[in-house]
Amino acid sequence: MPLDVQTLLKRFREGDRVALSRVISLVENDHPSSPVILDTLYPFTGKALRVGVTGPPGAGKSTLVDHVAARMRTDSQKVGIVAVDPTSPFSGGALLGDRVRMSSVNLDDGVFIRSMASRGSSGGLAWKTFEVCEVLDAFGVDRIIVETVGVGQGELEIADEAHSTVVVLVPESGDGVQAMKAGLMEIGDIFVINKSDRESADTARRMLDSALELKPVKNGWRPPVLSTVALKGEGVEELHRKIEEHLRLLVTSGSIQHRRMEGVRAKIVEILRNRIIQSAWERNKLGRLIDAEVVSVMAGGSTPYKSAAEILRKTGQ
Amino acid sequence: MERKVRVLVAKPGLDGHDRGAKVVASALRDAGMEVIYTGLHQTPEMIVEAAVQEDVDVVGLSILSGAHMTLLPRVVQLLREKGVDDVLVVGGGIIPEADAEELASAGIARIFGPGCPTSEIASYIKDWFETSERAGV
Ligand SMILES: Nc1nc2c(ncn2[C@@H]2O[C@H](COP(=O)(O)OP(=O)(O)O)[C@@H](O)[C@H]2O)c(=O)[nH]1
Ligand SMILES: [Mg+2]
Repeated sequence: MPLDVQTLLKRFREGDRVALSRVISLVENDHPSSPVILDTLYPFTGKALRVGVTGPPGAGKSTLVDHVAARMRTDSQKVGIVAVDPTSPFSGGALLGDRVRMSSVNLDDGVFIRSMASRGSSGGLAWKTFEVCEVLDAFGVDRIIVETVGVGQGELEIADEAHSTVVVLVPESGDGVQAMKAGLMEIGDIFVINKSDRESADTARRMLDSALELKPVKNGWRPPVLSTVALKGEGVEELHRKIEEHLRLLVTSGSIQHRRMEGVRAKIVEILRNRIIQSAWERNKLGRLIDAEVVSVMAGGSTPYKSAAEILRKTGQ
Repeated sequence: MERKVRVLVAKPGLDGHDRGAKVVASALRDAGMEVIYTGLHQTPEMIVEAAVQEDVDVVGLSILSGAHMTLLPRVVQLLREKGVDDVLVVGGGIIPEADAEELASAGIARIFGPGCPTSEIASYIKDWFETSERAGV
């Protein structure tokens, strides 16, 4: 398929899934056409509600996502799924296997599943996850489910990007306790003990429940703890109900609108900051001034702080 | 950042062994590619749908079941019906020489036999990608 962005976007607006997929790649790869694409699609965004699903590897996230997506389909909602897995720091490659567990929706043309590698982003999310969600939103999906691996270290970003965050844990291996220590507790709007067909599921659930009692109720929402057996689809109905209940609360309280506004502000600030830095950098030929100062510091004639001050003085800042 | 090569590794047909497919998937990951693995028992329709959604550059089909002469050309045909004609389709498994030639004319660019080192598969894909029209996108 030849790359003519306007033709591609026209096909995208007509509901062509091949075009959708190519647009996602252009955005994910930060292709030069990416800003134009996001600008063109912007007026069509703002409708999809995003659900984050995070938790340790093997907890059953993908299996649950498959069921929840299928459940959303029974309400005739269109669903986008973004499944993020880590990029190997050694090879730069990634093995993305979430689709294996998503077989009940993978031939449904109301569902679009995209696997993403984290590509050097540290927090479990890929850099471009948000942009890819925007593209799916513009395509007209009603719900976007974002699956990320979360072990409680720095994947708090998912809570920033998703409207409602589901934390999936398993009964064994003291995951409950780990989660409390590690910060997954902070980000969950809904907690799930999956694999509740196993022993000690009740204990895990009770522990989590009592730990959550200490957490302040936010906007009238007390995070529930649910039990599921994803393999058999048990507990999915209740999970789906809680997700929708939470989303509804966020919509009616104006919280989603408010977050969108803050998001828009942050985006403008980010773009402006980059542009301003870039143009000031080039105008003042900072690259060359820095090179000269590096030589001077290495020769013992200056320090990094003195050099920076010197450059600012020279450029009249 | 360097454009990542995306590869779908799929296992069409009914046989229940995906060890070979997994070995290849890991090897391509180790060669720096983003590998989407779809698991066992995939129909050509499922494989093509996944290839479309994932916008892969390469579709790698691992097959042992003997149904390769119907399943592999079907994947290529369905891809073309969707207007996807710039993707490399390769196969792996025990496939007789004569069949491989016929598959080549059906659009399966290359068949890798069971003894083929994974490094050879990786470099074949990389070489193809560098000259493909997908490389700049
Ligand atoms: N016993 C049991 N196994 C499960 C359950 N849910 C998922 N699994 C299995 O756990 C493994 C990991 O599931 P997956 O959904 O890929 O987990 P993810 O890594 O969190 O996305 C798979 O082998 C599933 O079949 C469950 O409720 N009970
Ligand atoms: Mg998964």
